[in-house]
Amino acid sequence: MHEMGIAQQMLEIAVASIPDDIDNPRVEKICVRIGKLAAVVEDSLRFCLEIISENTPLAGAVLIVEEVPVGLLCRECGHEWTVDTPLFRCPACNGGNVKVLSGRELEISTLELAE
Amino acid sequence: MEINIQKKVLEVNETMADRNRNFFKDKGVVVLNMMSSPGSGKTELLCKTLARIMPDTRTGVIVGDICTTNDADRLESTGVSVIQINTDQFGGDCHLAAHLIEKSAKEMDLEALDLLIVENIGNLVCPAEFDIGEDARVVVLSVTEGEDKPLKYPLMFRLADAAILNKTDLLPYLDFNAGEAVENMKQVHPDMPVFELSAKTEQGFDPWIEWLVATVTSKSTNNK
Repeated sequence: MHEMGIAQQMLEIAVASIPDDIDNPRVEKICVRIGKLAAVVEDSLRFCLEIISENTPLAGAVLIVEEVPVGLLCRECGHEWTVDTPLFRCPACNGGNVKVLSGRELEISTLELAE
Repeated sequence: MEINIQKKVLEVNETMADRNRNFFKDKGVVVLNMMSSPGSGKTELLCKTLARIMPDTRTGVIVGDICTTNDADRLESTGVSVIQINTDQFGGDCHLAAHLIEKSAKEMDLEALDLLIVENIGNLVCPAEFDIGEDARVVVLSVTEGEDKPLKYPLMFRLADAAILNKTDLLPYLDFNAGEAVENMKQVHPDMPVFELSAKTEQGFDPWIEWLVATVTSKSTNNK
């Protein structure tokens, strides 16, 4: 539901990172990293980005999403593991004091400009 | 040509949230971000909570809704100082972002408060993603929703410091399994305290109030 706002932020960051000395820049690819725990729906984000990038250097750019797994660390026994389901109890010691190491990412990693 | 960016998309919100946190710390006010799906009983819970903690804990409320001032009107009847944010002026946003809190907080006399409660927009998805500069988060689930909500909205329950299971007075009339709902919350966040209560009858209310007052005391000591 908030994907439009996220798409707008992405567009702003992307446009601001294109060097000024490029005439009529055109972005071919925008690569992002999205954690599995981030509350973002990829299809909605794609749709929103497509709409708001019209008449910008990102018009028609392909969105490439790298999904980041949820990585956890048990603060009690030091065990590290990844989960596909939202179960945050340590499988090694059954402890509940767990730190999320990865999975909340929502980052733009690179842009690919047309030559 | 490849351009390396490596930037957080919500960096602007996160920077503003940190600024809010420092601002609140300077003013000596503890901020609680209260979130839930629509209709879980947040406003009723708040009205009853305010009646218990005020005036000892001097409290203000910022309440977010897409439209209407109904919640602010209800809360004002408790004598609390309240500011309503309507996000339809901002595109009908489904969550409160840090810049909206900054604007509203500056309209309040924070020096006169110990606690600022932000009643976020009813939604279990988006508000979880937006830090507003709070000291603690509370999520409210009610027994008229599904037991599996914590598993469907893990980020919300993972980031909460406490959870409330509200409307327990309705349990005799429902097939809702409260034990299963609490177990699901514990799957997502094993160490999180869960308070099973009814805002209507105030059954089970004491442990929640004790937690809230203790949190305000410990956070305000840390903030000094």
